[in-house]
Amino acid sequence: MVRTLLVRGLWAGLLAGLIAGGFAFAFGEPHVDSAIALEEAAAPPAHEPAGSSAHGSDEPAAQASGEAAPHDHGHDHGEEAVVSRPVQKAGLFLATGLYGLAVGGVFALVFAGLRGRVGPRSDGRLALATAGAAFTAVVLVPFVKYPANPPAVGDPATINDRTLLYVVIVLVGLAATAIAVATARRASSADPWVRWVAAAGGFLVPVIAAWMLLPGVDEVPGGFPATLLWEFRIASLGTQVVFWAAFGVLFGWASDRVSARHAATTRPATAPPTSPTTSSTPPSPASSS
Amino acid sequence: MSGLTTPSAAIPFPRLRLWLPAVPVLLLVAYLVLMDNGAVSQTGAFLHELMHDGRHLLGVPCH
Repeated sequence: MVRTLLVRGLWAGLLAGLIAGGFAFAFGEPHVDSAIALEEAAAPPAHEPAGSSAHGSDEPAAQASGEAAPHDHGHDHGEEAVVSRPVQKAGLFLATGLYGLAVGGVFALVFAGLRGRVGPRSDGRLALATAGAAFTAVVLVPFVKYPANPPAVGDPATINDRTLLYVVIVLVGLAATAIAVATARRASSADPWVRWVAAAGGFLVPVIAAWMLLPGVDEVPGGFPATLLWEFRIASLGTQVVFWAAFGVLFGWASDRVSARHAATTRPATAPPTSPTTSSTPPSPASSS
Repeated sequence: MSGLTTPSAAIPFPRLRLWLPAVPVLLLVAYLVLMDNGAVSQTGAFLHELMHDGRHLLGVPCH
């Protein structure tokens, strides 16, 4: 059963990743190209002395990349790049596909643990609810604090700090979601409105605290077009929306079929519906409405 | 649509625990795709550059 769910999760994740890659290729790549064009126009090629650029040093982008030039050789987007632009665009599908595979596998195991213990009683609904919660925790919460940036935005020297802060806010999002679910379960005897408010509070208090307490990152070069930044960020968020929507539907459908098959073969043996693990949960009519 | 209404039973924790070793492996894949800059993969900038557009568009910090 767990193995079947894991395999379905890997497949659903891979497929959803490729679908999201298709969205990102169509709606995101043009903005990546525009940003790289700006980056190359602003930065002199690495083999020329910094400052010989015709654009002058009054452009903040040129300043930023000029400062970073000595240790920036690993990240040229030009002809001397380690990976050419066409290969990077193919790599997009590899990246989103592998991301989906990894996320789908972890999701399936978490789902197997939640199943029958927390959330909606049926697999399809639980998959959709869990995918929505995961999207909120892993994408939305980080995006509000540290939104996606196109190339040419972000100081290469701070990548380790920014990555660490990003991991921290992802963990905060996951922890806050867990706190919200636990709070809702604790308030299970209360009426639904109290339960929803308790869950929202359990989620929002740690998330808003993290948004306020974690240091901000403001590395957008002064001359960078605001429209391009906005459109890139919307395309990036859209990529994640497409991924989680596709994954939720695919995995929900797959897990539904797994449980239907499982039920068909084992239903006579596991007939008693009241097991010790489900006794603390609210009665099913409330959760399925 | 049967599963949308059929209640499902919990899977016992000992059966789940058997599959825990898969989690670090899957997280390693996610790390290599999203965050590695050569320290773990030992490919220098290659893996980072290959995953470059995906990192940017998935919203992960990149260079």
